[in-house]
Amino acid sequence: MVNVKVEFLGGLDVIFEKQRTYKLNVPSKDDSEVTVGSLIDYIVENMIKNPRDKDVFIENDTIRPGILTLINDTDWELEGEKDYVLEDGDILSFTSTLHGG
Amino acid sequence: MPSDLGSSKAFDELEALRAENAALKQQLSAQNQLPMSLEEFKRYGRQMIVEDTGGVAGQLKLRGSKVLVIGAGGLGCPCLPYLAGAGVGQIGIVDNDVVETSNLHRQVLHDSSKVGMLKCESAKEVLLKLNPHVTIDTYPVRLNYSNAFDIFQHYDIVLDCTDTPLTRYLISDVAVNLRMTVVSASGLGSEGQLSILNFKDVGPCYRCFYPVPPPPNAVSSCQEGGVIGPCIGLVGVMMAIETIKIILDIYTLDNFQPFLMQYSGFPVQTLRTFKMRGRQTSCKACGDNRTISRKAIEAGDVDYELFCGKRKYDVCSSKERISVKELETSYLSPGELNHILLDVRPHHHYNISHLPNTYNLTVKELRDMEGDITRLQSCIPTVHRQSEVLVICRHGNDSQLATRLLKDQFNITNVRDVRGGFFKYIDDMNPSLPKY
Repeated sequence: MVNVKVEFLGGLDVIFEKQRTYKLNVPSKDDSEVTVGSLIDYIVENMIKNPRDKDVFIENDTIRPGILTLINDTDWELEGEKDYVLEDGDILSFTSTLHGG
Repeated sequence: MPSDLGSSKAFDELEALRAENAALKQQLSAQNQLPMSLEEFKRYGRQMIVEDTGGVAGQLKLRGSKVLVIGAGGLGCPCLPYLAGAGVGQIGIVDNDVVETSNLHRQVLHDSSKVGMLKCESAKEVLLKLNPHVTIDTYPVRLNYSNAFDIFQHYDIVLDCTDTPLTRYLISDVAVNLRMTVVSASGLGSEGQLSILNFKDVGPCYRCFYPVPPPPNAVSSCQEGGVIGPCIGLVGVMMAIETIKIILDIYTLDNFQPFLMQYSGFPVQTLRTFKMRGRQTSCKACGDNRTISRKAIEAGDVDYELFCGKRKYDVCSSKERISVKELETSYLSPGELNHILLDVRPHHHYNISHLPNTYNLTVKELRDMEGDITRLQSCIPTVHRQSEVLVICRHGNDSQLATRLLKDQFNITNVRDVRGGFFKYIDDMNPSLPKY
């Protein structure tokens, strides 16, 4: 079990009942560590109410192109992406890329 | 009594001394020639006395800099006057759009008297009034792979104030090939993002952040998604700050860290700076094995349209569509109520203005019913599989998607789409209705 904060920015909140931030207790499977990968699975399974909205968030088993994933305000690419092991108090942000100008 | 001879000698000496004095004065003033006019000292004084700018030396850097701004819209308009005001010596503006009334709430360089005027010319007019010391070049063209290099090569820094992924990739690719730094920003609704790309030809580029473009249906424009003027305006002003910092060498190769700023205007204003990945060795534009070269871009071998994709709307046959004229004459006269008119625009659009006796359900809502006619009947009680249904949206795109859903999933046989949508209807049939 790990306690984290999750944010959906750049309009992504539309598929999460228009709520931008959530505090989550993510259960661990067989007492193992909880990774960002398992957090993403948890979000897809438990937080996207409309199954059709899953495509907005996930594509080919990873975060859809056009969405940036940040771990404690740092690009997840610098933190090990899905393998990052979550700690209590971590903040995970998902932000849709904007294009308007 | 001095002799005539003596007095004339003294006079000659005096003249010689005067001449020498004048020559020395001239020499001295040539040494001290001012680097700017007195008017410029006065104009830029308030920023020169901010120590971080580097005073006169910093001001000369600004005067010697050449900045290209692509897009004179919601980002370009608030950014440009601060660049011109600060004394950026040469500013280029690329925009082939004309000013529309619906731009004015956020594109603050333009005004009501300029509706129909080219945005780049409208901007130039304002900027030259603001600061006659700067040079403004205008390019009333749509940026594309064949003209980009010719335009870019006259400048040092590029500002991406455009509104589609396609131009964002193009600008980044061209800038990488010309080793130019890009200040890139975007905004939608009440949010904005800002980043510096290809900083001094070592920072990450747009493709490093986004190697794969988003699916076209996930991309929303300001026209479609709406935008709050001051929210995108703030991001445009931040672009000017970043540009000035690049010119003044506040950012250096040593201290620059790739970042992305995320601004949210609602409900409480927040500004976050995310630490981003560096240049990716796998990047096709700036990595170790580059395939996106100047030659490939200019030859049209980098297919931006294919890469970014297009939304597929054209899904109805001509028999499945009716004109706004037919809608007006055959369906909207009083008493003609044997059909169902369904408006599929978002509810907040519908609430601004709509036709009488219409139902309002979005494409998403229809899709979520999964073809279940009883669920549709809970919203439109009279609908059944033999009903005649006409579908309308804003411009005639979503209504085609909805027509397909109603026919193919709900098995309603007689469904037709109104070609050109509500706005075409207003233009051609009923201009007294509000367009937004």
